[in-house]
Amino acid sequence: MIFQPAIIALLLASGIAVAMLAAAAPFALQVIRQWDIASGTERQLLLERRTYLFSTLAAFVMVVQLVALLLFVFNADRMAEMFVGAMCAVGTLNVNPFGFPALLAQMAVFFLAAAWLAVNHVDTRAPDYPLVRVKYALLLILLPALALAFVLQLKYFLGLRADVITSCCGSLFSGDAKGLAAEVAALKPLPAMTLFYVVLAVAAGLTFFHARTRRAGYAAAAASAAAFVATIVGVLSFVSLYLYEHPNHHCPFCILKPEYGHQGYWLYVPLFAATAAGLGTGALQPFRQVASLREIVPAVSARLADLAAFGYLLVALIATYFVLHSNLILIEH
Amino acid sequence: MNAWIEKQRHLIDFTLASLARRKAKNLGLLLVYALLVFVLASVALYTHALRQEAAQVLKQSPEIVLQRMVAGRHDLIPPGYLEKIGRIRGVQSIEGRLWGYYYDPVVKANYTFMAPAAEAVKPGTLVVGPAVARSRGLAPGNTISFRAYSGKLFSFTVVGVLPHASELVSADLVLMGEADFRAFFEYPAGQHTDIALSVANPLEVRTVAAKLASALPDSRPILREEVLRTYASVFDWREGIVLALLSAAIFAFAILAWEKASGLSAEEKREIGILKAIGWETGDVIKMKLWEGGLISLTAFLAGFVAAYLQVFRFGAPLFEPVLKGWAVLYPRFELVPAIDGLQVATLFFFTVFPYMAAVLVPIWRAAITDPDSAMRS
Amino acid sequence: MIELKQIRKAFNQGRPNEYWALNGIDLTIEAQKVTAFRGPSGSGKTTLLTIVGCLARPTSGRVRLAEDEISGLPERFLTDIRRSTFGFVFQQFNLIKGLSALENVMLPAFPTGRPHRELRERSEALLDRLKLAHRREARVEWLSGGEQQRVAIARALVNDPKVLIADEPTANLDTTLSREFMGILEGLHAEGRTVILTSHDPLVVESAAVHRVVSMRDGQLTEG
Repeated sequence: MIFQPAIIALLLASGIAVAMLAAAAPFALQVIRQWDIASGTERQLLLERRTYLFSTLAAFVMVVQLVALLLFVFNADRMAEMFVGAMCAVGTLNVNPFGFPALLAQMAVFFLAAAWLAVNHVDTRAPDYPLVRVKYALLLILLPALALAFVLQLKYFLGLRADVITSCCGSLFSGDAKGLAAEVAALKPLPAMTLFYVVLAVAAGLTFFHARTRRAGYAAAAASAAAFVATIVGVLSFVSLYLYEHPNHHCPFCILKPEYGHQGYWLYVPLFAATAAGLGTGALQPFRQVASLREIVPAVSARLADLAAFGYLLVALIATYFVLHSNLILIEH
Repeated sequence: MNAWIEKQRHLIDFTLASLARRKAKNLGLLLVYALLVFVLASVALYTHALRQEAAQVLKQSPEIVLQRMVAGRHDLIPPGYLEKIGRIRGVQSIEGRLWGYYYDPVVKANYTFMAPAAEAVKPGTLVVGPAVARSRGLAPGNTISFRAYSGKLFSFTVVGVLPHASELVSADLVLMGEADFRAFFEYPAGQHTDIALSVANPLEVRTVAAKLASALPDSRPILREEVLRTYASVFDWREGIVLALLSAAIFAFAILAWEKASGLSAEEKREIGILKAIGWETGDVIKMKLWEGGLISLTAFLAGFVAAYLQVFRFGAPLFEPVLKGWAVLYPRFELVPAIDGLQVATLFFFTVFPYMAAVLVPIWRAAITDPDSAMRS
Repeated sequence: MIELKQIRKAFNQGRPNEYWALNGIDLTIEAQKVTAFRGPSGSGKTTLLTIVGCLARPTSGRVRLAEDEISGLPERFLTDIRRSTFGFVFQQFNLIKGLSALENVMLPAFPTGRPHRELRERSEALLDRLKLAHRREARVEWLSGGEQQRVAIARALVNDPKVLIADEPTANLDTTLSREFMGILEGLHAEGRTVILTSHDPLVVESAAVHRVVSMRDGQLTEG
């Protein structure tokens, strides 16, 4: 392991988050077993009050995950100088097989926490708290996910050896390399652009449609997930090229670097917000028939969908701006 | 949305007022908090500045240094090695270097004596590093004598002091002419300390090193990028160790925060009871208390960070120098170039704000679930 | 307007010191009337007031507020109802020390997110009406007992509730101030508000301003 402040901070953060949720787990079980909204007993009152703690905890975990995600990528990028062949975050994450899974797990935890908070939000607006049991069962699912993310991170950091020769974005995302990422990067700009804009348009359209008509919620959520993937593919295959003004630099992380004016954040922040909102819409759909939620779910879901639609629109506009303002020309007019 | 913002504004208003009303209680916590940030930020800023400095210095050093090994120990380069290397593709220049260490019993410090390649320093004269000049009180024109290891006394005239800019490495440097150097150390003629090679293309460095190793099996090529990496990890490691040592302090601080947050005074409990009775919801109280924690964190963080910045870059980090620097006996006294690093600020935030917020979460909740009817029962 | 059915309330349930503060209360409180609960201390009148005012939930039994069943609601929703429907004047006034009279009056409206200026104007008007305009920037601990109570009344009215609840409102006041309070009470009734209070002060329960007196003992109604 490399003994480094940011690594310690990350492990500390995710360790504490796991410990907090684990400590809360028995109470979640108690809520599942003993919840009785009709009862006026002191025990029921106590359970009700505990739910406030869980909501606060989950929100805290989500915020921490988001910051940790940034710190993780940030730090991976910085550590590149310590590994032969690594020039940015990609190389560092490739030092051992746990790097990318750890990153993905962290993103997954963020989206799960966001979905949970969406469910929590609608539940607390119905006077009979209809989803309490579902919610706490879901919280118990979030715990192993969080633990997995922690373990992957731990394994990744423990497995870091400074003398490892790693491959960097150049080789991972270049056209000759094999593997999913490389194939994605090797997409020709024109089809990649088409894919990017079509999927984003569909996602923005569907979420907007859902926000207006309150129909097709699942489709909107699925389109959001697709839009997330499509945007990442788009970044890999053409947005990054325009940003770097270099026909072979496909890295999705370097755009976060100061050399490129931190421009990546303009893309990623709306993307993550929109996707969290879009997936939240999906997380709410199973409950739209619950009696006390008939009014609440569609309203909240529509607001989330609005947010998602706006986010994807923003992503598309920003990507377009990057492309138009670049000196690089990939597609001849 | 507007109502939401307005509500947060109200909550912040109330929080500020209640913080002001309990100055004594909050001031203590704020001080400890700011002190913790100050210590951690000093460490972080200081090591980062050192790292920058080292990187700056190494930028000017050769890509490869070749050392001869005898029985696993660094030995002198015999004559003829330079010729043996001959031409390697990609190598821009090769030169034999002459340098050694000298212990100065007068100030009990080690100097690095060096003979620059080109006859830059005339016989009988010296150019000294700023730390040497300081410790021996030297100015250009002064004369200084050193007793060589052989027992003979040598006198030199100081003709120059090296500039301040890269003091970390040049501080203990003494530059002299080649002839003087060989005479002073009784260095065998034709031999060198090591060989420096400069390679233009970074991708070729490893190939060149491999060729060197096979041409001169008794020698060891040292690559600049490896030195850089080692430095980086040494600094990170030191910073990590210091932080790990300080983690006890962070832990203690978290306990203090927990204590403070859960040790609500009767007055505060009464207040929360009243707020809930007159229409504040548990969630509102939690939000208000989170704002309180956030405001305290922000204030402490800013205060601690600014103080650390001043300490490190204005006053030369008097508190941490001995722990973090430690290159040689002769500590360079140098002005660090101010450098703030986003990653470090983020890390620091994680080390301080995160444990604080995590520690106060449960006590905040405990306070917030005060019975609303307690206001009636008092 | 408020209908209580078979209300029972236990404290320290399931523990050796368990005790039932209310033991089967059936009561209907009329809207736009002044109702007083009378009884010795420990009779459960304050506990009853907390249940009527949505400060606490009954252990069993049902509470209906204008046709809505509210006894089974979680705290979050009870709070909403409490904030919009009820205003409280406590026996000890329960003002927050260190804040000014005006700030105290504004407090119950903070969670509603009402615009600051509008809220301030409303609070100033209330203080004005209760003849406290000149004291609005004064810290509440510098106010006299009567002034403190009027601040408490202003605070109870800031969210414009239909019902005002007062617990032993005259316990800390002399006769003159108590009469003054009854005057304010009549004004509130005239505005169409419902007032519910507890008291064992003859000046209150025998006053013409009180339309109905409910007597209690040992957690049960004795007449009504």
